[in-house]
Amino acid sequence: MTIKPNAYSAYPDTHGRFGDYGGLFVAETLMPPVLALGDAYEAVKADPTFQAELDGYLTHYVGRPSPLYFAERLTQHFGGAKIYLKREELNHTGSHKINNCMGQILLAMRMGKTRIIAETGAGQHGVATATVCARFGLPCVVYMGAVDVERQRPNVFRMNLLGAEVRPVTSGAATLKDAMNEAMRDWVTNVADTYYLIGTAAGPHPYPAMVRDFQSVIGREAREQILDMEGRLPDAVVACVGGGSNAIGIFHPFLNDEGVRVIGVEAAGDGMDTDRHAAAINGGRPGVLHGNKTYLIQDVEGQILEAHSISAGLDYPGIGPEHSFLHDAGRAEYMTCTDAEALAAFKLTAELEGIIPALESAHALARMADIVAQVPKDGIIMVNLSGRGDKDVNQVAAFQERSI
Amino acid sequence: MTATRIEARFATLKAENRAAFIAYVMAGDPDAATSLDILRGLPAAGADLIELGMPFSDPMAEGPPIQRAAQRSLLAKTTLNSTLGIAKQFRDGDQTTPIILMGYYNPVLHHGLEAFAADAADAGIDGVIIVDCPPEEAGPLADALDAAGLALIRLATPTTDDKRLPAVVARTRGFIYYVSVAGVTGVKEAVAADVAPAVARLKAASGLPVAVGFGIRTPQRAAEIARVADAAVVGSALVDEIAAALEGNENVTNRVLSSAAALAKAVHAARVENLEA
Repeated sequence: MTIKPNAYSAYPDTHGRFGDYGGLFVAETLMPPVLALGDAYEAVKADPTFQAELDGYLTHYVGRPSPLYFAERLTQHFGGAKIYLKREELNHTGSHKINNCMGQILLAMRMGKTRIIAETGAGQHGVATATVCARFGLPCVVYMGAVDVERQRPNVFRMNLLGAEVRPVTSGAATLKDAMNEAMRDWVTNVADTYYLIGTAAGPHPYPAMVRDFQSVIGREAREQILDMEGRLPDAVVACVGGGSNAIGIFHPFLNDEGVRVIGVEAAGDGMDTDRHAAAINGGRPGVLHGNKTYLIQDVEGQILEAHSISAGLDYPGIGPEHSFLHDAGRAEYMTCTDAEALAAFKLTAELEGIIPALESAHALARMADIVAQVPKDGIIMVNLSGRGDKDVNQVAAFQERSI
Repeated sequence: MTATRIEARFATLKAENRAAFIAYVMAGDPDAATSLDILRGLPAAGADLIELGMPFSDPMAEGPPIQRAAQRSLLAKTTLNSTLGIAKQFRDGDQTTPIILMGYYNPVLHHGLEAFAADAADAGIDGVIIVDCPPEEAGPLADALDAAGLALIRLATPTTDDKRLPAVVARTRGFIYYVSVAGVTGVKEAVAADVAPAVARLKAASGLPVAVGFGIRTPQRAAEIARVADAAVVGSALVDEIAAALEGNENVTNRVLSSAAALAKAVHAARVENLEA
């Protein structure tokens, strides 16, 4: 496949396809609402009053723009290119998830929907959804795998505090994939009044494109900020990838900048030589799940396998379809990082920068040594610090105890 | 060739002024041998057509009963090939009862669309329902099934509006499956008064028989639906019998077939009772 420069903003096509990926693979009951959502999203995209309203909330409620921060001590530690952190963890609710939630809740209200449902893994998207629902006075149900409810207790409490009902999901491995199945079952049952606020850049069209667009504020800001601070574009832009919303958000505004490498880091769990990982691109192959065609972790029969990662937010067997497309097109690279490597990066960033990153974001930071080695010494590397790690401290403590 | 088995069955039923009873069971639930026993017993129990579920790890349109059936089946190592094997063994002893495969797209995609259609035709399958492959995405699947002489059977739902209806019926053959409730299988109950106009609308648009399912659990409800539709489909209630038999250490096949017989009797008597009343 050959991609001409500047072609990346043309995707998806009118069928919701990113090349061979994406599409609309949902049951008939959901087709009319999904198509209606596509029409509604196209309308607000072209509506300056919607964009102005969203921008207002992003500035005054979310706290944007988030800083682009020169991580001096991490840079010294690795001894090469300058490392910049895009501080999405400083957003209201502590992660990038709120960018998308704010966009979608405004859209849901324009569509006249009166009930919001969401799925969540680490709980960051659940918290962000519960937050915007509280802000606009809409009832909110969050589906969360029972295993994740256990390992992300602080976020469950936060969601409850914000007035959301958290429904633990016990089917399957009781993690993010199963929460998404259950959210889709809720949607199909309550289709008239309910809006499904998907948190990642996956699902049936228009979700992958819509979530990307709402998250692209990260990359647009970062691009302006680095030009302002350094007078040049970075050599590499790095982000962790589960479903891939923070990654596509920071990547997308750089895709047409040919000299900028874009690097996603997938969760390798216990290691890519084991079957306990969550790396859809590095350890999976294309298939259809949750409304879209994309890389998936699956067996030879096409049954979806359980993903494994210390990070609940990356514990998903699929990846957003645009990442699959960018991988096949050779525009983005996808590396992996094990649980142990992510924990080391978690500690390192806390100790050197006074920033406790989310375990998800720690996956991106964990590949710094390799990327620094590949980039000129006077180069620039930008990392999306997608969330803060307060939610993870119990789990990290438990993990350290286990490994002693 | 094979789609005619469905047409022949509905033609016979029409001549007799009977609605069809369609029994849904999951292939390989709780294991391949029992699953085959159940299939072989279903026609005598009164099933006019059989829907054979293909298990999938993430059955997004199913309620808990069929989710659990899929889990039991996958635990018993059911594959697409073993599913087709069960169907073929059934077909060797029964040349007239149509079998419709029902499942999700990913396992079919991995088998290869052409290979799937050819292998299914070879196993004596008559039609295919793929829940998560709407008309917008189903072109390649429909082509493959057409080439193998299999019917693609589509789902229409309460949310299928007039704008979508032509696309939904366009490449459908055999019959239309009306999902009588907006929801997953086996949770909400169908209401005959709401179903009747929907069936009439689908018949007018497609010229095909209309089967109704997703909300029928009892003989009484099945009979109500049989009065207004060409077929009543029952799945969740039957696979729940499997679960209950396993739990109570009872004979699984007997329990499922006696439940199927009660449902079939109600469906077959529905219109007669109606005339008498």
